[in-house]
Amino acid sequence: MNSQQETYAITAQGLSRRFGSLLAVNNIDLHIPTGSIYGFLGPNGSGKSTTIRMLCGLLTPSAGTIEVLGLSIPKQAEALKQQIGYMTQKFSLYDDLTVQENLGFVGEVFAIPGKQRKHRIRELLEEFELTERARQRAGTLSGGQRQRLALAAAILHKPRLLFLDEPTSAVDPQNRRDFWSTLFELAEQGTTILVSTHYMDEAERCHRLAILDEGVIVADGSPLELGRNIDMTVFEVISGQVNAARMALLALNEVFSVTQLGLHLRVMMPNSVAAALETVQAELTRNGIEASVTEIAPNLEDVFVAVTEEHRQESAA
Amino acid sequence: MKSLLRMFAIFHKEFTQLRRDKLTFGMIVGMPLIQLVLFGFAINTDVRHLTAAYVDAADSSLSRQMISDMEASQVVDFQFQLATVSELQSLMDDGEIAIGLYIPPDFDRRVMSRDRPAAQILVDGTDSIIFGVGQQLASIPVKFDTSAGPPLQGKLEVRNFYNPERRSAVNIVPGLIGVILTMTMVLFTAVAIVREKERGNMEFLINTPIKSLELMLGKILPYVVIGFIQVSLILLLGWYLFSVPIQGSLLDVYKAAMVFIAANLALGLLISTSAQSQFQAMQMTFFFFLPSILLSGFMFPFDGMPGPAQAIAEVLPLTHFNRIIRDIMLRGSEIDLLDFDMLALMGFALFTLSVAILRFNKRLD
Repeated sequence: MNSQQETYAITAQGLSRRFGSLLAVNNIDLHIPTGSIYGFLGPNGSGKSTTIRMLCGLLTPSAGTIEVLGLSIPKQAEALKQQIGYMTQKFSLYDDLTVQENLGFVGEVFAIPGKQRKHRIRELLEEFELTERARQRAGTLSGGQRQRLALAAAILHKPRLLFLDEPTSAVDPQNRRDFWSTLFELAEQGTTILVSTHYMDEAERCHRLAILDEGVIVADGSPLELGRNIDMTVFEVISGQVNAARMALLALNEVFSVTQLGLHLRVMMPNSVAAALETVQAELTRNGIEASVTEIAPNLEDVFVAVTEEHRQESAA
Repeated sequence: MKSLLRMFAIFHKEFTQLRRDKLTFGMIVGMPLIQLVLFGFAINTDVRHLTAAYVDAADSSLSRQMISDMEASQVVDFQFQLATVSELQSLMDDGEIAIGLYIPPDFDRRVMSRDRPAAQILVDGTDSIIFGVGQQLASIPVKFDTSAGPPLQGKLEVRNFYNPERRSAVNIVPGLIGVILTMTMVLFTAVAIVREKERGNMEFLINTPIKSLELMLGKILPYVVIGFIQVSLILLLGWYLFSVPIQGSLLDVYKAAMVFIAANLALGLLISTSAQSQFQAMQMTFFFFLPSILLSGFMFPFDGMPGPAQAIAEVLPLTHFNRIIRDIMLRGSEIDLLDFDMLALMGFALFTLSVAILRFNKRLD
């Protein structure tokens, strides 16, 4: 492992941000390795966007220190702007300009010299399959095309660090898949990418991720680590009487959560419960329900549910 | 160099957007056109050709002389000659005439003796302007009567000096340059930055290396060009439709306009940095526009206003511009960059632009 030599594109310590009486981000620490895709997973209002905005110098932290690409933020935020790309949640290019004009504008704003700029734009149009749309106004593009345009604009100046704030909220699955393969290519070329999302499948693709809830990082690590580290066992229950099975299991004190997925259930139980599988099986039989119960590996959604629920119980206590 | 390119980026983008925005584009050309025609033709404070009637009971050479004198002023147009005062009255009641003149049979003797009014002018008092005309008419000297109405005469003379034909278009067109520029320049820039905020473009923009000053100047420059187009349009139309002369040099007019445009654009930007929505920006613009149009001397003479109103007027760029532009266009004066009004305009522009740049910050908090 090269973890000892690992350099960090972003480090933050004790980062907090208060909006009036609301503590949007509460004392978080971050270490984001260079060249990795790092995810922020969390529900709306968990502080993902606020954190990203603080990291690129748009918001002044109420407390804490930030270092991004060796620059102290927000003090050196202006110097950072030349090196970062930023893709907002909402499409933030100009609807009344064409694809080509939008990219041209971004190139000019980043002061890329004429010839180089034209070359780069042509390259990006091709890469993002926008060549045919070059003369079309951005406002008339489809969701996927707009998103590709936004990403092209964000990486036009070849930034070392890319911030993506819920980049795929308005995009269909195929486009999302293509989008991610582009991100992996960029990461391979050495770009560090910080992406916020509330989609599990998207978070699962990240090298590392932090799960945020109510402004706090409740868990972080690689998706695999996160799954291993939760103190829960997950069972899959397949039955002809899914609804009855769900009711029966929810009544059981030892059960942490039950999620229905079509005709089967995912049942989570704390590791502290002895003979968990047998308990589930016995409870189902007692209620006259025929079902098969198997232990499965926790997925990210299980992790998410487990850690946020734990966090909420802790903060309520 | 990089700074210039970034500024050009904003300028370029703004121009492309402007070209696409049909409504704004229409406003640029339509506003001067409509206002000029409206103010020039319809709003005419110099009353002419009021329909009038007279009863000449004296029918002497002196009375006929007075009637033709009045008609020669072009203020009244005697369309009826009547026999009795009651006929005069009923015509006025029907709204047929605005002015009536009654000359009594002993008119000549009254003029000579001067102890009683020589004749009577009947006026439709519902319109204050027409009433004023009546008073004016009363002061028209009758031959041999050398003492009639000197104070009013003196006043007329001053005014006639720069506008001998007493056409209001001559006074209004130079003022209109200022009014139209105030309206369009402030409004366009006031909306310019707020629009980017509203549409979410700002969040992208503040994450680029663009500096506040570059953004501000890049936003302003296209409108300077538009301002010049508008000035040219007003001058051209004023000359073509109303034969409004430019006594001074054309270059001076543009120099003055340049400084005035800068002042208004700076103010627009300041509004833009304070407003949260385009609607709010528009409200603020009108809040500023109303005192400008009322107090600047465009509508009412500056000297006639009470002290506090004059004090407010001195803060408004339009007041200073009105003085400068009238001096150049009507009096033929040369522009003096160190003139108080020019300095006031430049001071206003610099101050507001600085505040706007300081207020605009590339942070969201």
